[in-house]
Amino acid sequence: MSEIKVSCEALRQVEEICRKFHNDPGELITILHETQNTLGYLPEPVQRVIARELGISAQKVYGVVTFYSFFSMVPKGKYPVSVCLGTACYVRGSDKVLEEFKRVLGIEVGETTPDGKFSLDCLRCVGACGLAPVATIGEKVYGRLNPSDIKKIVAEFED
Amino acid sequence: MKINSADALESIRREAALALAVREESNLAVSEQSCGLEKGTPHMQILCCGGTGCKASESAKIVENFRSSLAAHGIADKVEVLVPGCFGFCEKGPIVKIIPDNTFYTSVHPEDVEEIVTSHIIGGNRVERLLYLDPGSGKHISDSKHMNFYRKQLRIALRNCGFIDPENILEYIARDGYKALSDSLNRDSLDVLADIKASGLRGRGGAGFPTGVKWEIARKFDAPHKYVVCNADEGDPGAFMDRSIMEGDPNSVIEAMMICGYCINANHGLIYIRAEYPLAVHRLQVAISQAREYGLLGDHILGTDFCFDIEIRYGAGAFVCGEETALIHSMEGKRGEPTLKPPFPAEAGYFGYPTNVNNVETLANVPVILTKGPQWFSSIGTEKSKGTKVFALAGKINNVGLIEVPMGTTLREIIYDIGGGVKGGKKFKAVQTGGPSGGCLTEKHLDIPIDYESLAAAGSMMGSGGMIVMDEDDCMVSVAKFFLEFTVGESCGKCTPCRIGNKRMLEILTRITEGRGKMEDIDTLENLAKVIKDTALCGLGQTSPNPVLSTIANFRDEYEEHVKDHICRARKCKALLTYSIDPVLCKGCSACARGCPAEAIAGEVRKPFVINPEKCIRCGMCLSRCKFGAIRVI
Repeated sequence: MSEIKVSCEALRQVEEICRKFHNDPGELITILHETQNTLGYLPEPVQRVIARELGISAQKVYGVVTFYSFFSMVPKGKYPVSVCLGTACYVRGSDKVLEEFKRVLGIEVGETTPDGKFSLDCLRCVGACGLAPVATIGEKVYGRLNPSDIKKIVAEFED
Repeated sequence: MKINSADALESIRREAALALAVREESNLAVSEQSCGLEKGTPHMQILCCGGTGCKASESAKIVENFRSSLAAHGIADKVEVLVPGCFGFCEKGPIVKIIPDNTFYTSVHPEDVEEIVTSHIIGGNRVERLLYLDPGSGKHISDSKHMNFYRKQLRIALRNCGFIDPENILEYIARDGYKALSDSLNRDSLDVLADIKASGLRGRGGAGFPTGVKWEIARKFDAPHKYVVCNADEGDPGAFMDRSIMEGDPNSVIEAMMICGYCINANHGLIYIRAEYPLAVHRLQVAISQAREYGLLGDHILGTDFCFDIEIRYGAGAFVCGEETALIHSMEGKRGEPTLKPPFPAEAGYFGYPTNVNNVETLANVPVILTKGPQWFSSIGTEKSKGTKVFALAGKINNVGLIEVPMGTTLREIIYDIGGGVKGGKKFKAVQTGGPSGGCLTEKHLDIPIDYESLAAAGSMMGSGGMIVMDEDDCMVSVAKFFLEFTVGESCGKCTPCRIGNKRMLEILTRITEGRGKMEDIDTLENLAKVIKDTALCGLGQTSPNPVLSTIANFRDEYEEHVKDHICRARKCKALLTYSIDPVLCKGCSACARGCPAEAIAGEVRKPFVINPEKCIRCGMCLSRCKFGAIRVI
């Protein structure tokens, strides 16, 4: 794991979350969800605090964090981009949309731009198959995408 | 206010039904005439689809505009704006329905709202341009009942979706909600169980195990705690029926879980739902808290000795958690890895206690089976598959949407009558059912009546109900590779056949799509697939080779073309393509060169341009930009 510093304040918040769920190891996934909602990601120091609070090994926490695609150990961008790679979007050309996002943002899937603005991920089915191919930026859903739209969409977020 | 007896529930139902009458009646009598306040209609309702698909197209803004427009016209007291769940016709979303004349507006934009209010709501004249245009007759259709998309459907699991306000438990009660529970609590639980068995209901999550039998097994095990789990971890990429049911009719799931609890003597309910479904989570939370408020969840339900409560557990994005043992481990806060069965969850599930797991759509059928009777349900469908099935129809089809049809309906009826045929007049090639566990079916399978057995016999499976239509532009080797990439990414890694076998298969498929395949690769794929099918630990691993096996079985010639002739007839496999510009057709407009991300196109304006094959990344951007058909792809 990489060297990531987390503030004492953040670690105290993590302890509070654990205590809210009675330090119950059975609630590990719920605790991880709430922690990620609060801090945005789950770096090593945070996982160690959770392990200590729940009385389980850090390896166990790490095993769970890395098992589920929803959990991230790196901070997401201010505007997280997710391209749907569900089957319906795939047959309507989402692979080309993803390629174009990679090219325009200059990052690979799972990475964040150096300025911390955009991160790029894939997801499996937003459920808006009528709008395929679909991508989401933050909470906003963009449908019926064509690779040639991407540059303009990304530009909407340049301040 | 607590409802503490069956009679109290009935009186609440009667009262709530009055409020819903305007919608119920409008469904009985088709109003050829449109209604409006100036025509003397005293009360109207505007239903704006609140499903995820329509919300993505600004349906929330539409609702907001309606509310402010009605207020500005001073008619907010006469016209109600409601947000029901998904209407199903996602292709034409956002949908707005006007009651009582049942006008079904399609592809509504927030800026259309004012015209609907002034022209229709006030003046009583429909806004023609927003009505559905029937491609067959070229005429506008105002009532969804007359649209081909709805005509062949039979909505049982989706009965309330797009009809009631999912955040108002009274509207669910008005539609006989919690009546099945109330009746059941006054009967012997064995009789209720017998009804579920007699109905022939089978699991809608994939494998099709008889629900009544599952409950019967779970009932046999005695323990201090027993659990009813609703599997709402819809992982099939391209299927969204469970989400729509939870968004549109969450109370039906809650009621069914309670009935299951009564039948198997369990008092705890858990809903395992994907965290990626925020709206469904919200609607379930609202429904659970309203049910508690009315005393329909909690202790001594409806004045009986039966106690039941429900908690929500969140998934975190792992396809394998759709498998019930993996799901249970995930709920316990562990990695979602499956374990060998037996012991089945019915014997040792959540924290070792007897647990019954059912999928959302299965549960949504339960209350209506009990109110209408098992004979009614078993009269629908085929010999071995009773009732209906919800499908998420998507891909290269005109009418994308969520549909529900009786078992035994043919693929042809679904694709051509309901789905309106292949998009853009292209040629139908295949339909993929069952998601990553299913297979691709072809023209020759179109007339098979669909049920669990017939789909399995054809080399696919029912799965959760994803149905993706593909046309001549889809490469079947790439489709198989797409699913395998999914499986490899989602394999939990516990058993070797799935972890390594699928990876090897993916390597071979990649080789073939890049023109480096050998003829024996196709046989190796088949052999590997069979080994994985026989030896993988869980249901997901065992079915993971299906997309490969079915595409080889039905499209072997395409595999051979890739290998022998280095040709991808659908022009999908980039490595096998060469882009060039026809000097005769090229007008030298430079649109291609300006759009080329690799700067691989050069030339002088008004003279033919040329593509540099060394620089070309085969992205197809030039093809989509050229207005003269001058780009050649070989």
